Amino acid sequence: MEILNAFFVAPFVDMGSDYIFFAEVVIAGVLTGVMYSLVALGFVLIFKASGVFNFSQGVMVLFAALTLVGLMEHGAPVWLALIGTVLVMIALAFAVEWVMLRRLVNQEEIVLFMSTIGLSFVLQGLGEMVWGSNVKALDIGIPSEPFEVGGILLNEFDLFAAASGAVLVGVLAVFFHYTRIGRALRAVADDHQAALSVGIPLRTIWIIVWSVAGMVGLVAGIMWGAKSGVQFSLSLIALKALPVLILGGFTSVPGAIVGGLIIGVGEKIAEIYWGPLFGGAIENWFAYVLALVFLLFRPQGLFGEKIIERV
Amino acid sequence: MKIKTLILAAVGGVVGLSGVAVTSPALADGEQFIPMLVYRTGPYAPSGIPVANGFRDYYKLVNARDGGVNGVKLSFEECETEYNTKLGVECYEKLKNKGAHGASLFNPFSTGITYQLIPKAPVDKIPILSMGYGRTAAADGRVFEWVFNFPTTYWSQASGFINYVAQQEGGLDKLKGMKIAHIYHNSAYGKEANPTLEVLAEKYGYDLTLLAVDHPGQEQKATWLQIRRLKPDWIFMSGWGVMNQVAVKEAAGIRYPMDHFVGNWWSGSDADVIPAGKGAIGYKSATFNAAGDGFQVHRDIVKYVYGGDAAEAKKNNLGEVLYNRAIVNAMFTVEAILTAQGKFGNKALGGEQVRWGLENLDLTEARLKELGLEGFTRPVKVSCADHETGGPIIIQQWDGSKWSMVSDWIPTMRDIVRPMIEKAAAAYAKENNITPRDCA
Repeated sequence: MEILNAFFVAPFVDMGSDYIFFAEVVIAGVLTGVMYSLVALGFVLIFKASGVFNFSQGVMVLFAALTLVGLMEHGAPVWLALIGTVLVMIALAFAVEWVMLRRLVNQEEIVLFMSTIGLSFVLQGLGEMVWGSNVKALDIGIPSEPFEVGGILLNEFDLFAAASGAVLVGVLAVFFHYTRIGRALRAVADDHQAALSVGIPLRTIWIIVWSVAGMVGLVAGIMWGAKSGVQFSLSLIALKALPVLILGGFTSVPGAIVGGLIIGVGEKIAEIYWGPLFGGAIENWFAYVLALVFLLFRPQGLFGEKIIERV
Repeated sequence: MKIKTLILAAVGGVVGLSGVAVTSPALADGEQFIPMLVYRTGPYAPSGIPVANGFRDYYKLVNARDGGVNGVKLSFEECETEYNTKLGVECYEKLKNKGAHGASLFNPFSTGITYQLIPKAPVDKIPILSMGYGRTAAADGRVFEWVFNFPTTYWSQASGFINYVAQQEGGLDKLKGMKIAHIYHNSAYGKEANPTLEVLAEKYGYDLTLLAVDHPGQEQKATWLQIRRLKPDWIFMSGWGVMNQVAVKEAAGIRYPMDHFVGNWWSGSDADVIPAGKGAIGYKSATFNAAGDGFQVHRDIVKYVYGGDAAEAKKNNLGEVLYNRAIVNAMFTVEAILTAQGKFGNKALGGEQVRWGLENLDLTEARLKELGLEGFTRPVKVSCADHETGGPIIIQQWDGSKWSMVSDWIPTMRDIVRPMIEKAAAAYAKENNITPRDCA
């Protein structure tokens, strides 16, 4: 009886009795969820355009942030460092297409996936070799003062990050749905050969999508890097994006954002109200449990495309 | 086509071999071989690099300044573990038989790796020095003949922290009713302080809250929301790597008074505070070595290891907290070899002999002064039964640009911790069919 009370009654009583704190937990979850979405977006972009799960996306986040902070350490002003990093990420997209993708057209998806694992090691080593392994502080002038609204503590930085994420998602959604290149990207994602046969330049599309994924990685790197400093651990943030992708679907930009919000809010509530019953630190695995529960009802994810194969 | 294939094969070979990241200088017969398990890459590299550089520079210093240990040159070899327990064990196996007499000892610099090496040490007859980390119960030398964890352990440190809080609050009796939170890395290492804090909570009546943070600790919002609601009077943190940097930033983000936030000695390096910028000012941590590069040993390192190039030495982390900690660890290693030479002669020694040196180490204030380490750390006297020595801790504080000592040496609670150690060691002995030595 005591156990039932601890699991099914006490947490809800706690939420109701201290509802301002509960609201703060939900808002913190939403803001954290947007940060997860930023990372998940990079995966979605490349998966949409090539059907490849890009294992190296987390390392791309790290690589972009390392490049930005490295350029700033060498005296470049923020705007110049940002432009320089964008150019580096575009150059990386060209290199990936030239060295890796063009040689693997029409190969099995698992082959492409394996190649992205290799890419993650190369990028990680390259980043450490060029910029070093020390923790680097990243400050591009985003305000980060805490302030209270109705007893709820907010932070300027979290709000800025959430706004950036929202703008990015909006831009990408429009790009995919209402532009020629966006439609071409979706065609390539559906079938490489069919897209080629109607004249869509596959290589150009891949360069564009890897460039955009690199830029999304840069935004994610700035937001996460400003919190923890730029260091190798930044690449592990990809682990937080996986349940978001499972839940939101691998092919949906809005799915990445909605998935991020559900995971962000869900894991915070679980950790604070149910975590003590398990000894704490449940949010990492709880996010996956939450995603798997959704999968039981929608195997393609909330916004994923339903795959129907006829025989 | 053939050329292309050859190039690809060569690149593949290089990449393949790079997985075995061992640097292998030639070893002379008369040299004392010391293996180095390092992590210059991977998620914990920011902590691993200053540590590796500190070890390397001290061994080089001993060779260059003193001509080795009584004329016996030190040779050392790095093996990359990425702070990964599996790789650490592989490195141990690769290096344990190197050199004419095998490895002198191992300094794993990882609690996970230490746990794996503890059963191997008596079999291979190579001692382990897990300085201020690893298995706390190993302080009982009657059970753990081959493992040493002086100058102090996690359990002693936790008791030292409570002593510090009592000092700040006006006495141990003032602890009653206070709220203390322990934020810890959700690993064997992070949990080490919990039993001591719980025992002391019962004894002194403070209210203890334990909050675990999962690896790697990049996202801690839930933890700090709980802190905001709990409003603890003091926070103690057992963190590592990115967890520390994020925690310091989150604490500043909720306006927690930073001078009541105290990290353990693995949560107080330069890398831990720099990303938080001004928000980290006032943050404290426990330590057992001084910070900064103002000691004679640093001047010697600049002169003998870097040929007077102070800028290059600085680039190699000279004077940083973890660099200095590695200097202490390397110094203990060399002094143990020196002690062993006093019994076995001035020659390269094997693991069994170095173990004797560790167990009979008596590092006095006068000896520390001779080494250029006066005031850098505390004297240590190891014995057969006591492999820890229960040394005191000191509190350092970050002022925005450097760490400074802000307390005297704070004693640990030997009367409480030692019986806990003996109980845990006895349980280990029973589980592993070990008959404790007679140290009387």
